[in-house]
Amino acid sequence: MTEMVGALAYNVPFFSIFLALLAAIAAPLLPRASRAAERMTLAVILLVGAMSAHLLADLAATGRSFTFMMGHFPAPWGNELRAGPLEALLALVFCVSMGLSLLGNTGSTEEDISKERRYLYFVMINLLLSSLLALVYTNDIFTAYVFIEINTIAACAIVAAKDCSETIRAALRYLVMSLVGSGLVLISICLIYDLTGHLLMQHMHASIAELISAGRHTRSLTVSLVLMTVGLAIKSALYPFGSWLPDAHGNATNASSAILSGLVLKGHIFLIVKIFYRVFGTDAVRLLHIDSVLLIFGLAAMIMGSLNALRQTNLKRMIAWSSVAQVGYIFLGIGLNTAVGVAAACLHIIVHAIVKPMLFTAAGGLISASMHNKELHALKGAFYRNRWAGVGLISGVCSMIGIPTFAGFASKLSLALASFESPAILQGLLALALSTLLNALYYVPAAITILTPQAQAAPSLRAPKPAHSLSYSVAMTAFLALNFFLGLFYNPVMRVIERGLSVLG
Amino acid sequence: MMTEGLIVNHYEAVAVILSGIGLTNLLLQRNLIKKIIGLNIMDTAVYLFLAAKGYVAGRAAPIIQNGVTAAEAYVNPIPSVTAFALSLTLRLYEAYGTLNIDEAFARMRAERRREEGRS
Repeated sequence: MTEMVGALAYNVPFFSIFLALLAAIAAPLLPRASRAAERMTLAVILLVGAMSAHLLADLAATGRSFTFMMGHFPAPWGNELRAGPLEALLALVFCVSMGLSLLGNTGSTEEDISKERRYLYFVMINLLLSSLLALVYTNDIFTAYVFIEINTIAACAIVAAKDCSETIRAALRYLVMSLVGSGLVLISICLIYDLTGHLLMQHMHASIAELISAGRHTRSLTVSLVLMTVGLAIKSALYPFGSWLPDAHGNATNASSAILSGLVLKGHIFLIVKIFYRVFGTDAVRLLHIDSVLLIFGLAAMIMGSLNALRQTNLKRMIAWSSVAQVGYIFLGIGLNTAVGVAAACLHIIVHAIVKPMLFTAAGGLISASMHNKELHALKGAFYRNRWAGVGLISGVCSMIGIPTFAGFASKLSLALASFESPAILQGLLALALSTLLNALYYVPAAITILTPQAQAAPSLRAPKPAHSLSYSVAMTAFLALNFFLGLFYNPVMRVIERGLSVLG
Repeated sequence: MMTEGLIVNHYEAVAVILSGIGLTNLLLQRNLIKKIIGLNIMDTAVYLFLAAKGYVAGRAAPIIQNGVTAAEAYVNPIPSVTAFALSLTLRLYEAYGTLNIDEAFARMRAERRREEGRS
């Protein structure tokens, strides 16, 4: 299998993770007064993104996948990475989204984080990137746990990076919830290891299939799968478990909010997909009824997230609550547990990884053009003070509502089509319709507010500062282009996802 | 049958009880230091569970000297998480002068109300 993949592509998964870890270690060694750490981080993200694109080009055409042996011990003892088309695609999307989030929010990062400590922020960003890449590529469930913990620390640290009492409280709450989640995952890994004697995914899968067909230890398997799913659902902010999200995402500095909403949740959701496909197998998941439970939670999240977003008067908290609803969409697809359903969920992971950072970046631009007031009433007429941000927010809103030609339309359409082919057709379509309506109910007034010209602007507001630097407009242009690309040409992306899923199991 | 299983697997039973105690503390304690102690109890219970599962009477540690196999490279990230949680708690204490998360929340709300009143 391995000789069919180019030598460079074969080494991409390992070097992506290694490079990001190396950058995290190297960041404190660079001169701290300059912006060296930031530049190096962007360069690493660019390099990893380019490598992932190469890997994707190599794998997508044929739908191959391969495993990479870490160290000198072959399976079933050693540690392995695995890459297929879907993994490569997600790694690429994560790099693009993270790079643009950092690029677009350099201004607010500089305002929110003191100069002496800014290099530490980029240490955490690099650690976060390496942990996300490891969650995407790892074939070993204990390695996944280790990187979940690294991810927890880095994610909480970038929330706490904006050093005010609110973010510290939010970070602490996030940390406690995350630790409950990763504790449950660890217990679950111990249980499954005890039952199967393996830590590599495909070997666990073989043992579990044997146990299930023999009808042995079904209860223990159910318990371990429930613990694993709940643990990861807490980390990915599925509705009743995601109470930490609005505080953490709503108060953090803009780059952190964008990265947390766009990427950190998705790393854990993809791990759930991997555990369903590669460890338990979709048939076992159906047999143990975990998919139906996730479907119900997903439907609840779609409605409750939107209802809570409707009550917010703070723009960033509103966008944060909308993430809860969007995670519900993804879990709807996963809960359908059909090839089309999970493919639609993966498409929504990608769409949301682009659109949500765009919304946060746009919101950041509008807020900084309105004297840093996050309340919606203060943002009246903000469109005319920062047009790039205004255009970004409005297209993000269109995408979230699901207007054709915008990215959100593609994934909502796929989710609706997937519901058609499942027994949950009525619930799925109703929740989609209701949630879309609710999305429109809170996003459209926000868009109208920023478009309403202010009758008598305060003098400090009237003179528009050059709030958008070159990096801001470059990032926003790229976000907009990706938004339209995903909205118009989602078929090739969908094909890659379907290929990737078919070799994932 | 049930009690027999508990007696045979008494290490595992203790581990489950301990992790339950830890999880309850982590979720329900309002004092942050006690919360973090709960976290440590929970993680220790997992180690006990692993050790109990891995121990076979009369056998040596599973380290193969000149062979080909090796156990999982075991990284223990827990101490650093505890340290991080404690340092965040310290910052919260500096900001609000309390270790109680509800009280910190109440003070934050009062602060916000005062700010709104001013503006």
